[in-house]
Amino acid sequence: MLKIARPSATPSRRAFLAGGAAGAILIGFRLDLRNPAHAAAGPDLSKVPAQPNAFVRIAADDTVTVMIKHLDMGQGNTTGLATILADELDADWAQVRTAFAPADAALYNNLLMGPVQGTGGSTAIANSWFQLRKAGAAARAMLVTAASSQWTVPASEITVAKGVVRHAASNREARFGQLAESAASLPVPQEPRLKDPSAWTLIGKKGHRLDSIAKTDGSAIYSLDIRRPGQVTALVAHPPRFGATVKRVDDAAAKAVPGVVAVVKIPSGVAVIARDTWTAKKAREALKVEWDDSAAESRSSDKILAEYREIAKKPGLVASQAGDADAAIKGSAKVLEAEFSFPYLAHAAMEPLNCTIERASDGTFDVYAGCQLQTVEQAVVAATLGVTPNKVRLHTQWAGGSFGRRATPGADYFAEAASIVAAWDGKAPVHLVWTREDDMAGGYYRPTVYHTIKAGIDAKGAVTGWRHTIVGKSIMIGSPFEAMIVKNGIDATTVEGASDTPYQIPAYRFDVHNGREGVPVLWWRSVGHTHTAHAMEVFIDELAHAAGADPVAYRLGLLGRAPRLSAVLKLAAKEAGWDRKPTEKGRGYGVAVHESFGSYVAMVADVTAGDSSVKVNRIVAAVDVGVPVNPDVIRAQVEGAVGFALSAVLRNRITLKDGVVQETNFDSYQPTRMPEMPQVEVHIMPSSEAPTGIGEPGVPVLAPAISNAVFSATGQRLRSLPLDLAGLKGA
Amino acid sequence: MLKLTVNGVPHDVDADPEMPLLWAIRDRLNMTGTKYGCGIAQCGACTVHMDGQPVRSCQTRIGDVGEAKITTIEGVSGKVAEAVQGAWRNLDVVQCGYCQSGQIMSAIGLLTDNPKPSDADIDGAMEGNICRCGTYQRIRAAIHEAARTLG
Repeated sequence: MLKIARPSATPSRRAFLAGGAAGAILIGFRLDLRNPAHAAAGPDLSKVPAQPNAFVRIAADDTVTVMIKHLDMGQGNTTGLATILADELDADWAQVRTAFAPADAALYNNLLMGPVQGTGGSTAIANSWFQLRKAGAAARAMLVTAASSQWTVPASEITVAKGVVRHAASNREARFGQLAESAASLPVPQEPRLKDPSAWTLIGKKGHRLDSIAKTDGSAIYSLDIRRPGQVTALVAHPPRFGATVKRVDDAAAKAVPGVVAVVKIPSGVAVIARDTWTAKKAREALKVEWDDSAAESRSSDKILAEYREIAKKPGLVASQAGDADAAIKGSAKVLEAEFSFPYLAHAAMEPLNCTIERASDGTFDVYAGCQLQTVEQAVVAATLGVTPNKVRLHTQWAGGSFGRRATPGADYFAEAASIVAAWDGKAPVHLVWTREDDMAGGYYRPTVYHTIKAGIDAKGAVTGWRHTIVGKSIMIGSPFEAMIVKNGIDATTVEGASDTPYQIPAYRFDVHNGREGVPVLWWRSVGHTHTAHAMEVFIDELAHAAGADPVAYRLGLLGRAPRLSAVLKLAAKEAGWDRKPTEKGRGYGVAVHESFGSYVAMVADVTAGDSSVKVNRIVAAVDVGVPVNPDVIRAQVEGAVGFALSAVLRNRITLKDGVVQETNFDSYQPTRMPEMPQVEVHIMPSSEAPTGIGEPGVPVLAPAISNAVFSATGQRLRSLPLDLAGLKGA
Repeated sequence: MLKLTVNGVPHDVDADPEMPLLWAIRDRLNMTGTKYGCGIAQCGACTVHMDGQPVRSCQTRIGDVGEAKITTIEGVSGKVAEAVQGAWRNLDVVQCGYCQSGQIMSAIGLLTDNPKPSDADIDGAMEGNICRCGTYQRIRAAIHEAARTLG
């Protein structure tokens, strides 16, 4: 039996974790979100060692369990990762299972995040491609060697297919489970031969999702479903303003609620511990807390944005430049200017944040959560509880969505759960639950961002110069990731997708100003691309219109050095019937194309616009993600990206009034609902390039495609998000 | 002590009659297939059947359940349920899956009352169920497929 190596607890390998503060663990951290193929100094992922013991377990009952080092928050990476390994192993898809790996940065780090185990930047498939192929191929070779010695036949005469090892000449065969034990004692081949793509049996085909059954009969366990013996539930009263602290607590009425176990003060607020969620909620309502707002953010979001408008008038830090953009624009035949504003956005995953921590009798701890940055979370829990990280075991559960929220650089809600356990001396397993209101008003939003763009075109319509300023709060500055990600004061996640534009512009300058408000901000499915792609793709459309050019042809003219982008753009246009656009009143087509996380996506939106309303009829997408590991999961991610992002295009915004978040539940922050969902068609480019990710890249192009379609339908440019539908006049 | 019959099994629950059925099912009976999403009947993740009709368990007080028979995702059975769950699996509807218990309970309710729903019928019956992963296109297709299976 091939066994999972025990999680390494060797102190020397983890010495850098000692001290526990999140900052200390990030030595050597890198976040390389671009396609590894273009990253100048990126790791050579094909050099990863073959580690079958870390990634696959074959049991006597013939099941093949693939260890998943990532979080699956719905994007289907468990299915994709298992596909990669199972194909090289020549397993039968029906025998394949998955299990989430423990926290072990030595074995399970994200190869694109240096020494950190974590999920983000659409890297799960990309970083694991060679690792899991090699693990599968090595395990297969070991099974063949075991059969060869049992049967005393040459290994070269043995074939493997669908979980069966066979020697045709002697008519002998064995199932994996029968060979696993003897295979496990063999040395691991370090350079197992990988299959030629023509021999793939699972990669590139539709394999059913491995989580479909458990997620349709109620048996899938999310961390909110964890029920430990003796468990108590904790809700925390958080301050209404970010940065406020507890001044005074009157917990008499809360403690009088039957079923309340304790009320404890913790750094993030006041925790009410009770026998169940409902009791904790009632008791929290009975709690009287006076907050100290002296260090709190008390501005309104309108005020913050108005300040951004002023800041944008000044030169900022230069993220990229070429030539003299101002001079080039001055000499242009036509000059266009535009501004774009973007609100704070909540992730609003269906499963609100939660975490369960249990102290074992030996003083170690078990943590159950939708763990997305395991190395950080383990270190933060350990530091909060005053133990070394090897005393903290993480049990990653299915996550009911995340969209970035569960990967917090400071592991905020893990720290909160641990602080309750610490304050209450770990008397029983603590199940920390955030209500929907806690989750939505709890910050860590997509930053509010403001863009201004000024560009010129010459008499033929060709772009001459581009001057672009972005103001927004950096996600990384002030976080433990700052030293690694922020260069010269510029956070790559603020400008990605703009300052590195693939459009060939002779002279350009991208400036950035970092907002400094006290609202916690975070990556939100596709991070900086959520706003940069919109500003770039709407403004390019404006230039095309000013040049009297077709929006697709105009873009292609600027994408000479971006063949993969050009190809998806052409494919989406062809499949959408761009050349046969409907001409009826109030109907319009719009297009957008963008690269993010090494993947290339184009979308054509077909909309009907009327007075104060936009109906999206159809979205046609074309994607290039390299080898499509599971095409149906890729299609699902793009369909889902449309459903997820549509409400942010049409209405979602988190607003602050005097520092207090106004939207607290799905009544005031309405996600997309069934009747609004457009028909989505997804076309996948065939490719032999190493695979990249698709969890995020479907999101950035939706808003600009819709905005451009609204322009086509009505002649009105709705630049800011959400679209200002109140001002829209039908054709 | 209140009596609750869930999936055919009677239970005694020692709780405040004001407690929403959702929390009694999840925290007292430890049946976690029914999900908490919003607590204000906006998302449908908590949908269960009360005497066969879909209801939002977060807005149903256990004191009001009385003799009614509660069915959760763990206990659904019969031709319609099998057709719905089968279609969901065949089309790989789920992503994070968290809302899908509620989606399936609503879809079973729809198809029980209306074996051949139109797109507008689906909009009407499913509008109250939020899927943040945006799986609506497949949910719609799966309901149509289940309807075909049921003939």
